[in-house]
Amino acid sequence: MRGSSGTKLTHQPDRAVCMTNCPTLIVTVGLPARGKTYISKKLTRYLNWIGVPTREFNVGQYRRDFVKIYKSFEFFRPDNEEGLKIRRQCASAALNDVRQYLTEEGGQVAVFDATNTTRERRETIIQFAEQNGFKVFFVESVCEDPDVIQENIVQVKLSSPDYTNCNTEEAVEDFLKRIKCYENSYETLDEVLDRDLSYIKIMDVGQRYMVNRVLDHIQSRIVYYLMNIHITPRSIYLCRHGESELNVTGRIGGDSGLTPRGKAFGKKLSQFLETQGISDLKVWTSQMKRTIQTAEALNVPYEQWKVLNEIDAGVCEEMMYEEIQDHYPLEFALRDQDKYRYRYPKGESYEDLVQRLEPVIMELERQENVLVVCHQAVMRCLLAYFLDKTAEELPYLKCPLHTVLKLTPVAYGCKVESISLNVESVNTHRERPENVAVSRMSKEALLTVPAHQ
Amino acid sequence: MALSGNREQRKLTQTPLLKIWVPWVGCNLNRRRGSSVPQFCNSPTMIVMVGLPARGKTYISKKLTRYLNWIGVPTKSFNVGQYRREAVKIYKDFEFFNPENEEAMKIRKACALAALKDVAAYFSKEQGQAAVFDATNTTRERRAVILSYAKERGYKVFFVESICDDPEIIAENIKQVKLGSPDYVDRDEDEAMRDFSRRIDCYKSSYMPIDDEKDRNLSYIKIFNVGSRYLVNRVQDHIQSRIVYYLMNIHVTPRSIYLSRHGESELNLSGRIGGDSGLSPGGHKYAKGLATFIRGQNIKELKVWTSHMKRTIQTAEALGVPYEQWKALNEIDAGVCEELTYEEIQENLPEEFALRDQDKYRYRYPKGESYEDLVHRLEPVIMELERQENVLVICHQAVFRCLLAYFVNKPAAELPYLRCPLHTVLKLTPIAYGCKVESFFLNIGAVNTHRERPVNVDINRNPEEALQTVPDHI
Repeated sequence: MRGSSGTKLTHQPDRAVCMTNCPTLIVTVGLPARGKTYISKKLTRYLNWIGVPTREFNVGQYRRDFVKIYKSFEFFRPDNEEGLKIRRQCASAALNDVRQYLTEEGGQVAVFDATNTTRERRETIIQFAEQNGFKVFFVESVCEDPDVIQENIVQVKLSSPDYTNCNTEEAVEDFLKRIKCYENSYETLDEVLDRDLSYIKIMDVGQRYMVNRVLDHIQSRIVYYLMNIHITPRSIYLCRHGESELNVTGRIGGDSGLTPRGKAFGKKLSQFLETQGISDLKVWTSQMKRTIQTAEALNVPYEQWKVLNEIDAGVCEEMMYEEIQDHYPLEFALRDQDKYRYRYPKGESYEDLVQRLEPVIMELERQENVLVVCHQAVMRCLLAYFLDKTAEELPYLKCPLHTVLKLTPVAYGCKVESISLNVESVNTHRERPENVAVSRMSKEALLTVPAHQ
Repeated sequence: MALSGNREQRKLTQTPLLKIWVPWVGCNLNRRRGSSVPQFCNSPTMIVMVGLPARGKTYISKKLTRYLNWIGVPTKSFNVGQYRREAVKIYKDFEFFNPENEEAMKIRKACALAALKDVAAYFSKEQGQAAVFDATNTTRERRAVILSYAKERGYKVFFVESICDDPEIIAENIKQVKLGSPDYVDRDEDEAMRDFSRRIDCYKSSYMPIDDEKDRNLSYIKIFNVGSRYLVNRVQDHIQSRIVYYLMNIHVTPRSIYLSRHGESELNLSGRIGGDSGLSPGGHKYAKGLATFIRGQNIKELKVWTSHMKRTIQTAEALGVPYEQWKALNEIDAGVCEELTYEEIQENLPEEFALRDQDKYRYRYPKGESYEDLVHRLEPVIMELERQENVLVICHQAVFRCLLAYFVNKPAAELPYLRCPLHTVLKLTPIAYGCKVESFFLNIGAVNTHRERPVNVDINRNPEEALQTVPDHI
């Protein structure tokens, strides 16, 4: 199959580098409301996107499943024997699932999301990892800023299942008392006592970091990622270029200019952005004519990124689907069989695209308000990162022309607003046809091709 | 840059060399669009080293400068010790560094200021974007001087402090780079060691490391014990984030990097560029020879990397060891010129052929890549090479040139003309501030694929002039 290579070391055929030989256990550390779950979920999403199978294990969730109804902070009191017993059991159950995921289910990284605030608890985890041959990397979040903690509680705790029947004041009061239960026994990762551990200590939401003993590539990437994310409110706008000449004739790829409708989209986009009143908007385009023409209509400075160029369709560049079916029926079928990994002859796959786009994602994380004017396949990859879509779903995400997606990070995820700018355009979305067998008939292959001139 | 006012959509044109779409002909691209580092930051950055002598400051300065230049950020390092050597022609002994030596203190301060002035000139007159200010800068007072100098001129400041108290590392350091310094050219080893140790002592009493509390508003990275621990504070922007990532990935463990091209390929034989052909008989011979050579080198835990192209993989297969394929190591994409001979390119696309000779680094093949694009694509490879220890990279001519330019610090103008013949292995071993290069030709004949820059690069040149330097082929 196109894309798969010969002798392989890892089970990630086209991954650039062998990430780890043994699985990695990432262990969060920190008082409640320090962003551990936020970090866990975000990191998991990022690692999965770049192709490292990762799963998070939230011990609080295990506790909620076990103790059906949450009464009050008293459960977390350090002298509550029964509470402690249940909490230890939950941690064990979670670790058991971790072991299963990493040894039997092909997982590469597991994120163990719990407070883990005592050295004793961490020691237990370290031993567990050693027994199973996992590398351990701690991620501690330390924060004393009461405003940040308050905002945290408001954003994610009040809506937690624990507090569905409380009003805001009650919930906040209870939660603050909950935090107090942990404070006395909290042993932060220590420069001296923990000098042999691998960890990153994040202080004050990313103002300062302490990094100790990074052991391998994946830990280095994790550190780089964690040091680039922030929580300043902002929005990311994703859109495609305006309708292009080749779009209208049903041809893929190429470097054509905009149709009159495409140009109209540019103008509408400019008006739309003005109504959004965005402070300090950065605009990025690819180096292809159609995205640049679109950005030109905005009359603001923009930055061209070659890595935002559309997927390279190799020998199929500028062909219609009908022509691909005619000349390369085998390739056409293979693509439908595994659209994510399929690589065009002398071209690229979605998997290659993701790798090429990683620096864009990293810079998007660093930035604040950004508009990315790109292409269908590229937009699908970026969107899949923000909305945590799997490799199977990614190549079929709907990204129609003349529509802007506004992504605003909220709580643990991303709010998506889809804004159609009401400019007519051709549809370029081809669904997966029912019959993907190599022996299928042309008709079956071309069933889902969108209409064009 | 698009200017507001004229709302009518301008016609885009593609620049002939870079193949970049610009709003109008003659548009002044005041920010280079092809480089790997997004041009978000307009203010220049001063990277200021901090640390006692023999803590690796110059090593870090030179390496960082080399890396930043390679990824397209014009950077220069300014070593204050060098200014001192020029001011005080002959170094007597450590007493020069005695904090009570008023005359010496005056000279040293003057040297620091001279270096700062040169930094300013580099930024304002030479379009520099980053400057590494390499000196001990061990007192708060000195750092305050630098900070206010930078603030007045709108430069960003990022401190890199190296802290090390492992006596073995320091001794090794002194041996590797100090004993060979111009300061100690006429001394014997023991004498030099003694003097240098006393020199370090002169700084120790007044050394004030960057303080977690007092300096909490500064941007810095503290490197402890050659990278076992880091403290990073207030990273302000993209370039600082890249610098931190780089510094956290480099190490000083001795190792060697082997660079080789694939064995001679079928397309090589017929003088065609690009493509994805297999090895020629000569190429297969080379692969076997390479296996023998590598075995003979007795390398501990060698990693082998190839591209996704048949010819590098076939070469690696002969080694009989596991290898890893990187798409990023694929040869430069020659776009519409793929699999053509130079003669065919001259015949069908004479203007393109001439443009390439005019600026081979930035020239982008139509629907293809430039060397500049290649460097961008290879950056993760370089980063991983820095993390690794012994590695053999089997790649292609243009890719090889880019990697080599990084290790031996060749500028963009020279990079595309570096000689990387087939059937030759380069062994790179980091030493002192640079890289030792050993070249091993494995005595298996191969065609020459190196085309020198011809004398006439004008678009109007005739075909003979264009094809003058094309190497022989079938």
